[in-house]
Amino acid sequence: MVQLTLPKNSQVKQGKTWPKPEDTSNLRRVQIYRWSPDDDANPSIDSYFVDMNKCGPMVLDALIKIKNEVDPSLTFRRSCREGICGSCAMNIDGINTLACIHGLDEVKGDIKIYPLPHMPVVKDLIPDLTHFYAQHASIMPWLETRTNKPAREWQQSIEDRKKLDGLYECVMCASCSTSCPSYWWNGDRYLGPAALLHAYRWIIDSRDEATGERLDQLEDPFKLYRCHTIMNCTKTCPKGLNPAQAIAEIKKMMLERTV
Amino acid sequence: MADVNRGNRPLSPHLTIYRPQLTSITSILTRITGNALIVATVLVIWWFFAASTSEAYFNLVNAVLLSWFGQTILILSTWALWYHLLAGIRHLIWDNALMMDIETAERLGWVVIGGSVVLTVMTVLVV
Repeated sequence: MVQLTLPKNSQVKQGKTWPKPEDTSNLRRVQIYRWSPDDDANPSIDSYFVDMNKCGPMVLDALIKIKNEVDPSLTFRRSCREGICGSCAMNIDGINTLACIHGLDEVKGDIKIYPLPHMPVVKDLIPDLTHFYAQHASIMPWLETRTNKPAREWQQSIEDRKKLDGLYECVMCASCSTSCPSYWWNGDRYLGPAALLHAYRWIIDSRDEATGERLDQLEDPFKLYRCHTIMNCTKTCPKGLNPAQAIAEIKKMMLERTV
Repeated sequence: MADVNRGNRPLSPHLTIYRPQLTSITSILTRITGNALIVATVLVIWWFFAASTSEAYFNLVNAVLLSWFGQTILILSTWALWYHLLAGIRHLIWDNALMMDIETAERLGWVVIGGSVVLTVMTVLVV
């Protein structure tokens, strides 16, 4: 359901301004969403100042610098720092992306950082992705086969393998799904761009033998058809993939098999 | 640990913090124009209805619709009609899974916006 305003416990208050570092010649203000489960306070926006002369080039570098030098309680996920694990997905400067591959120089003015939109917050920049992962699991993200196992591996032509390019690279960071207004309003039943891109990845895999079942499973007013081609997903994907296109291909296959 | 305070978790901000995109704005405009056109249709039906009722009633309704206020609404409705039509054509293209890369999709967005304005101006000039 469309609910434009945040619930009472989620409304964001003005937070604390943390002290500036000693060298103030090249400072940038970073405004970060904070919420802790340990007290009853509402979420707030804290302001930090980072000395850009002593900071790495990426948004994640600034976050780590703040955590190390200013406020150890600041909480966020990160791991690979090179855009391959998908852990540090967050809303930076109004779009969802990976903090580790988003340059500080790509942001004009103050750097505003929020958790991925319209998600339950575990702490600070960490959203609860349980439901998101469950939706991914529901599309059977594995090879389904019916014929007897071949003596060696399941083979695929070079052309068929090419069809998986632009799909297999998805790292499940949830940037696309949480950028989608349809997913905001109907995320309980709409699968969202990430899960649907993965669904398509298995649907067009030449080795998969459950194409019909996969399409049957998506034939639903909510699971697939809440996509209205708003395209926030494709626009925001930090890996440059095109979930909107994958969803359109599924819709097209749905139509083709009924006519 | 993962279950700490699960019941009271806040919902992270969404609409108010997400930067509007060309594709998202043109998408919501499609919906808004579609709904506005229902209201515009009622106005036009009111006009026809008045014409079939009596001369006095038609003169009244006609005066309302030809006033600057009525004309503004009708011109905006004309724009809404063109916009909705062009956006609909864009959806027909997308339904074939064509022109869905961001660069082309955004170019189509500008075509829909610019095209609807040009066609509205032409309609106003001709009619």
